[in-house]
Amino acid sequence: MSGSVVDNTVSSGNSSAAIPTDISGQILDLDEDDDLEVFSKDTTLTDGSSLNASMQTSSASMINQYKFEEEEEDADTKDIFVTVDNPESHVTAIETYITYRVETKTTRSEFDSSEFEVRRRYQDFLWLKGRLEEAHPTLIVHPLPEKFVMKGMVERFNEDFIETRRSALHKFLNKIAEHPIFSSSEDFKIFLTAGSGELTSHKKQGPGFLSRMGETVKAVAAAVRGVRSRPQEFTDMQEYVEAFSQKISSIDKVTQRIVREQKEYLEELKECGPTYALWSQSEEELAEPLKNVAGCVDKCCKETDEQVKHLNDHLIPVLHEYVLCADTLKAVLRRRDNIQADFEAKTEALATKKADRDADSKVLSLAWGSLVGRSPEEVKQQKQQKLKGEIKEMRDELDKTEDRLEWANNALKSDWTRWQKGMRTDLRSAFIDTAERNVSYYEKCLAVWESFLQSQRTDAEGNGNVDFS
Amino acid sequence: TTETQKNRCWNPQSAMVEKGTSLLKKMEISVAEAEKRTGKNAVNMQETYTVYLIETRPVDAASEGTNPVPDSLWRRYSEFEQLRNYLLVTYPFLVVPPLPEKRAEFVWHKLSADNMDPDFVERRRVGLENFLLRVASHPDLSTDKIFYSFLTEENGWKETVFETGFQAKADSRLKALNATFRVKNPDKRFAEMKHYGDELQSVISQLLRVRARAADRLYGVYKVHGNYGRVFSEWSAIEKEMGDGLQSAGHHMDAYAASVDDILEEEEHYADQLKEYLFYADALRAVCRKHELTQYELEMAAQDLTSKKQQREELATGTIRTFSLKGMTSKLFGQETPEQREAKLKMLETQIEEGEELVKERNGECEEFVKSAWVDIERFKEQKDHDLREALISYAIMQISMCKKGIQVWNNAKECFSKM
Repeated sequence: MSGSVVDNTVSSGNSSAAIPTDISGQILDLDEDDDLEVFSKDTTLTDGSSLNASMQTSSASMINQYKFEEEEEDADTKDIFVTVDNPESHVTAIETYITYRVETKTTRSEFDSSEFEVRRRYQDFLWLKGRLEEAHPTLIVHPLPEKFVMKGMVERFNEDFIETRRSALHKFLNKIAEHPIFSSSEDFKIFLTAGSGELTSHKKQGPGFLSRMGETVKAVAAAVRGVRSRPQEFTDMQEYVEAFSQKISSIDKVTQRIVREQKEYLEELKECGPTYALWSQSEEELAEPLKNVAGCVDKCCKETDEQVKHLNDHLIPVLHEYVLCADTLKAVLRRRDNIQADFEAKTEALATKKADRDADSKVLSLAWGSLVGRSPEEVKQQKQQKLKGEIKEMRDELDKTEDRLEWANNALKSDWTRWQKGMRTDLRSAFIDTAERNVSYYEKCLAVWESFLQSQRTDAEGNGNVDFS
Repeated sequence: TTETQKNRCWNPQSAMVEKGTSLLKKMEISVAEAEKRTGKNAVNMQETYTVYLIETRPVDAASEGTNPVPDSLWRRYSEFEQLRNYLLVTYPFLVVPPLPEKRAEFVWHKLSADNMDPDFVERRRVGLENFLLRVASHPDLSTDKIFYSFLTEENGWKETVFETGFQAKADSRLKALNATFRVKNPDKRFAEMKHYGDELQSVISQLLRVRARAADRLYGVYKVHGNYGRVFSEWSAIEKEMGDGLQSAGHHMDAYAASVDDILEEEEHYADQLKEYLFYADALRAVCRKHELTQYELEMAAQDLTSKKQQREELATGTIRTFSLKGMTSKLFGQETPEQREAKLKMLETQIEEGEELVKERNGECEEFVKSAWVDIERFKEQKDHDLREALISYAIMQISMCKKGIQVWNNAKECFSKM
């Protein structure tokens, strides 16, 4: 990845100033170019002062880009710690909503201080995600928990739901903080540090509704056009994502089914203990062992309950995240395709214009020219001049698009590798955690029943009845 | 055959054989096989039924190492029922061991409720063997000749047992027991025992029901894990580094899903042990009920005797103590002649004599019944306490085994996941 970054800087035939091919370069580009490209820029930074800030982050992000594929973030090199906790409910005349405390501890120089504490609501997280996706259409943003849960009609303010959401939001921010490019995003910094008033006004500085509409229309047009010659590696990626999406969804469903079955098993098991206890009341000699068995069954019920909870609280959220990830990946691949489609369309248009230029002058324009008193030579000259101008414009545009495409492809490729590593780590540790929990569950139940056997042994040896061979 | 039994964690038979009645000291008994037969029944219709092979061999032969071919004969379930009915009638004061259930009850979804299902037949075979050994290890029942010929005489047993006339006795007993009667002075011990029988039956039924439902659910939990196996395998095909770990983890998930079949089969044996005592509770209640009947009959006889004695007194002294229609009519229409009175007195005397004999007889019967029944009830109590405690222990051992399997599978899976 780092190799291609360097190459781009050197070999770019772009007429604009030699731009470093990171984000800030494209921000500079924005000032000169009114034609806003789809999803390409951090369009909030229109004034100079914030540009400086972005310049600072840009150098950091440039370095991080080179580091893209190298060491994984480990605890020692981590210089920013973000936590999401402490949900609180707020009631206004119009609505009730939940805010979460977001605490940041960092040694990064671009932050004014080393500790920040703000309160954010779900909408704010959504905004941040949107901004990151806009700025980096082919980078992979970790998914947010869903807006609301349809199945089971979970109430928005249900305790479990809030905790699940809080945990997912925490993970989301940490994934952003770990990401070499996202973590130096200005929007991310503002999200972590700004007071609520400051955040609101910052949010308003986005591209206007109309220009956003324009982007969407362009995106749809590009999508309709379709990609002609998608590089094989991206086709491979798409096939992988399709398959991965299916598999991870299946695993999610299987796990949910297991939780359901376990809960029903627990319901039945809960009746066993009391039945043994009831029986013990009619017995004399048997009363003690029966009561003991009742106790054992009740203990196992408790363990089963804990085990189900663990599955629900640990494995299922991770699986769910990766189901959402699959959708994110599909969207990222689509956006990349759109950029390529755009490039291909512009290439075609340029070729057509060039063909026009090389064709003979039209008879009609010559005729017109003679009517208004210009010589055929003059008319031909004017036409050629006009075409030359148009072609240069299109040429520039095409070069910019080509650069955009190349950057998008490279960004996707390295973020893809990064994502795969992260997926592997996350899922592996989630499965290992689950396996360990299951082992622990069985070990605890084993101990319960062995203590019963032990108690019967001591009894028996005392009475001299039983042979345990 | 008895291999499967021996492989169970706890085998009640070893305890029974150890006790050693004289019958079991001589003879080894087993129900070795089951077979399907077809034939014509009483109304000449074609029917399919199962027969069970009863094998007996002398004890010393096996220890001498010669191992001769055992004597054997085939019997069907209805013949076992006849034997038991005979024993019930002949020894009403004994807690007669129960037969395995006639129809499958307390089934959970995987088990079949069909009598022809091979698993059901197999469990019935085991239950019938258990029944024979229970009878053979009972100090009184083991000496019964009809029982002995049931084990050894293939042909003619049916006629022999019929000749005892037990069927008629059984029918009249049944009729009497089903009638409502109240005992004036119920024996406290028997009343308590009957109440215990009721409670035992109720609580074991509940336990069997709850256990069956839990087994059903546990089956579901394990089997769903099999889906992990399938999906992991499919997923491993698209992954590079993760592929091997996923694939092998998947195999362990399949193994986990498959392990539940053995686990629940073992639990079924435990359920069978509980069922035996469910039916034993019924046998216990039957003894108490029969005692009640005996007591009632004694009370009736005593009551009858008292009233006859009173009549004699009245007739002899001419005083009417109790209101009687005869007395009224004699007052109204004049007294009887001295000859008539003499005749009546003589008849009453005879009746009183007979009545006293009857009361004596019934009293004796009652006392005998109480004595024998109570001895057997104490024996039963000891047996029950021992057997059920062993059953609970074997249940704990089963649970431990299940946990150990779980630990192994998930540790293996964890190792595979680590290789992802």
